[in-house]
Amino acid sequence: MIGHTGAPGWLWPLGGRGRRYRLLLGLLGVLHVSTLFAGFLAPADPATQNRDLPFAPPTRLHFVDPSGRLHLRPFVYGLARPSGDLEGYTEDRNRIYPVRFFVRGAPYRIAGLVDSDRHLFGTDGGTHLFLLGSDAYGRDQLSRFLYGAQISLFAGILGAGLSLGTGMLLGGVAGYYGAWVDETIMRVAELFLALPWMYLLFAVRMALPLRIEPAQAFLLVLAVIGLIGWARPARLIRGVVLSAKQQDYVVAARGLGASDTHLLRRHVLPQVLGIALTQAALLAPQYILAEVTLSFFGLGVGEPVPSWGNMLASLQRYDVLSSYWWMFVPGVALIPVFLLYYALADALHQRSAAFSR
Amino acid sequence: MSWMGRSQSEVRGLTRLVAAAGVALTLALAALSAAGHASQQAAAGVEWLVSPAEVGRSGGQLAVIQRAEPRTLNPVIAIDGPSRDVVWRVMADLIHINAETQQTEPALARSWTVSPDGRRFTLSLRRGVRFSDGQSFDADDVLFSFQVYLDEKVASPQRDLLIVGGQPIAVRKLDQSTVQVDLAEPYAAAERLFHGIAMLPRHLLEKPYQEGRLGEAWALGAPARAFAGLGAFRFQEHLPGQRISLERNPFYWKRDRAGNQLPYLDRIVFTFVPSEDAQAVRFQSGEADVTTRLSATNYAVLAKDQGNRNYELFDAGSGLDYTFLFFNQNALAEQGPAAIARQQAWFRQLPFRQAVSLAIDREGIVRLVYRGRAAPLWGHVPPGNKLWVNRSLPRPGRSVERARELLREAGFTWNGDGTLVDKAGQPVAFTVVTNTGNAERIQIATIIQDDLKQLGMRVSVVTLELRALLDRILTTYDYEACVLGLGGGDADPYGEMNVWLSSGSTHLWHLGQTRPATSWEAEVDTLMRGQLTTLDVQLRKRMYDRVQELVAQNLPIISLVSPSILVGATKGLGNFRPTVLDHHALWNVEELFWRGRASGGPR
Repeated sequence: MIGHTGAPGWLWPLGGRGRRYRLLLGLLGVLHVSTLFAGFLAPADPATQNRDLPFAPPTRLHFVDPSGRLHLRPFVYGLARPSGDLEGYTEDRNRIYPVRFFVRGAPYRIAGLVDSDRHLFGTDGGTHLFLLGSDAYGRDQLSRFLYGAQISLFAGILGAGLSLGTGMLLGGVAGYYGAWVDETIMRVAELFLALPWMYLLFAVRMALPLRIEPAQAFLLVLAVIGLIGWARPARLIRGVVLSAKQQDYVVAARGLGASDTHLLRRHVLPQVLGIALTQAALLAPQYILAEVTLSFFGLGVGEPVPSWGNMLASLQRYDVLSSYWWMFVPGVALIPVFLLYYALADALHQRSAAFSR
Repeated sequence: MSWMGRSQSEVRGLTRLVAAAGVALTLALAALSAAGHASQQAAAGVEWLVSPAEVGRSGGQLAVIQRAEPRTLNPVIAIDGPSRDVVWRVMADLIHINAETQQTEPALARSWTVSPDGRRFTLSLRRGVRFSDGQSFDADDVLFSFQVYLDEKVASPQRDLLIVGGQPIAVRKLDQSTVQVDLAEPYAAAERLFHGIAMLPRHLLEKPYQEGRLGEAWALGAPARAFAGLGAFRFQEHLPGQRISLERNPFYWKRDRAGNQLPYLDRIVFTFVPSEDAQAVRFQSGEADVTTRLSATNYAVLAKDQGNRNYELFDAGSGLDYTFLFFNQNALAEQGPAAIARQQAWFRQLPFRQAVSLAIDREGIVRLVYRGRAAPLWGHVPPGNKLWVNRSLPRPGRSVERARELLREAGFTWNGDGTLVDKAGQPVAFTVVTNTGNAERIQIATIIQDDLKQLGMRVSVVTLELRALLDRILTTYDYEACVLGLGGGDADPYGEMNVWLSSGSTHLWHLGQTRPATSWEAEVDTLMRGQLTTLDVQLRKRMYDRVQELVAQNLPIISLVSPSILVGATKGLGNFRPTVLDHHALWNVEELFWRGRASGGPR
């Protein structure tokens, strides 16, 4: 069966049923880990403004120079604006700038630990390598896109982890102990499901002090959306726990004097885990989208720190929307990321269904 | 028996119908002839105002986009831009400020004299003028209008302007076409007081006024016949949320050089489109003939497409609005925000503000935010204010080195990672607030953030909803720095009294002063009060020049830019000359006409 969660069929040939989720996990893992190396992968500092080059189109890579000579190493030309207005960018063909690997450039820090100024690729200076164009302040879109992925992709993992963790704990307790504990937790869960979280976030932001560091803002937004989102997984986990504890072998184990901890660890958790992982794969894209939405409305990470959401915020302007296609890149990038996550959810679901059979 | 196959009762019915139709027709003809007679009578006795503009041709309609529906159609209480934009096409004043020359000129007052002490104005009203419902206009209407505007219970926003030297102006009727206005003290901008005071029809509004229902009398839903004005147009129809239509006022008192009565256009239709971007799209598609207040970015989009479309774009030059950065220098209460009190030690130092001003890339703001369609500012009066700008103010170029030097001299130092720290070792970090929904101000704040990073200052940008922002600035003083704009209205400095007087309600950086906090603010107080009562125009200009100098030297606000007034109109609109004064596009609506066709038509 091809995924009822909307998994793309084109991923099927990549591996058999057993290997598929490993492959997808691997792909997503590489994607997330590579964002940690955004400083190395990005050719420029994401906050550096080049005020003479707003909305510069993507720089074209060339192999043949004006005299017709073929270069094996790609090169770029400098940007010029003969008319002085913002629309008329042309290439200054008087000089070529070869693109090199491992060039020195803006300093950065990898994962908050290692300082470096080596970049995967770039030019030796003298011009800008805007492979995805520049934004309203002349900042390199590619570099902002790569740094922005750190915030946006990790918001997915951390948000999903937080809400699932809370949901598993509360749902597990509700399902296992039942009675008034179950009643109380489930009613609170319903209350949380009914919360208009967007407005709640507006209110939370208003109540906070004006000055708040981008990292703090990020964690705060994440904590709020993660904690608000516990109710749905909690209800699911509760159902699974409820059915698991009524299985004959669990009842038998209990009759033989097994403790609560033993029952949970040996019999209930293994059943829950498969469901929880599938849930995580479904929740992560939702939290990525939540971060994008919040930053789009100015409630997430503030300038100049990039996130995919605040990068997309410039599309609220008609001139940007109608004139500069490269500003859509973070939005387009969401599609493959979401497809990977949904394919993973499908593979995990298949696996856990096969496992339980 | 039946007549021609019809019953007797049917015939009786038909006869009655024909008779009724006959009576109606007779009445209609009589009414028409009476109206024609009235119009001829009016035309015969009118002291016309002759427009010097190009002679046009009559007919056609004009579709105008507005950002919002008016809140009221009552000129006495209209305070918001959308209301005033519509209301002033149907209303007129005694003396009018010409938006193009920025000078006063006769309107309903055909001439006036001023007593040598500058305290008494005698105005001669234009004779034979009629309201848009055909009733004549005279000194009693003038008296009634001022009575309404000055009535505290009516709470007109213009009332404060009519209080001179602490006393309301006194208006007296000398005869049916002459009124005398007395001021408690000489007032330099006195002629300009009459601009914006709409002459009201006593015959329609006296009753509601006496019953205390003036506010409701001309509310948005009132029927067209309830209105009468002296403007070029009169109300025709209002479709809530969609449009307001105005039709030509047949009793208007202006005509062109060829003797044709104005206005030329038959109809104006205002439609309401809240978002700036949607306005640009609607204009681009040809749904409107005129759009004002285009943003520079939308102007650029429309300009790109201009060759293929049937519209023209106009850059009227930098307007009267000015955008600026200011720091919270308010006297905070004991229990006030402690962190801000600490930061105020920096904000109150002139070298700190000078360094910030020197580090800001104004040219960059003009280029990036306004696509070059704005003027960088070093003083608070924009170059668009032709009569009052002080052109000799220094315009120091951007210099991060000089800014760092100033900070060093003031005792600031830099720590290992380049962060600026004060004498107590406290890192210099603050927040710049501005309002959400204003993309330009947010962009300006982001540029300032980057510029000040080069001085080692850590600046964060926070956007707040406008009302929340104003509450912090005007009431709680819970902010550190802010990017905001002021301006519009009149070019004369009397409109800026509330900003520059130390006790002014818009003295934003330090409100609620009982006496001037600094010696330069005391000097500004003296100069602003002096220019208001001086009748010598040259002296007034010198005084206001000095105010501009003091503001530029002491930087209570760091002036940044003045955006250009950008307007679009369908091609072929005659006499269309956008100005920097309000209403940028329709200020001379009576003179506008379509060349060679009856209306805008498709793009």
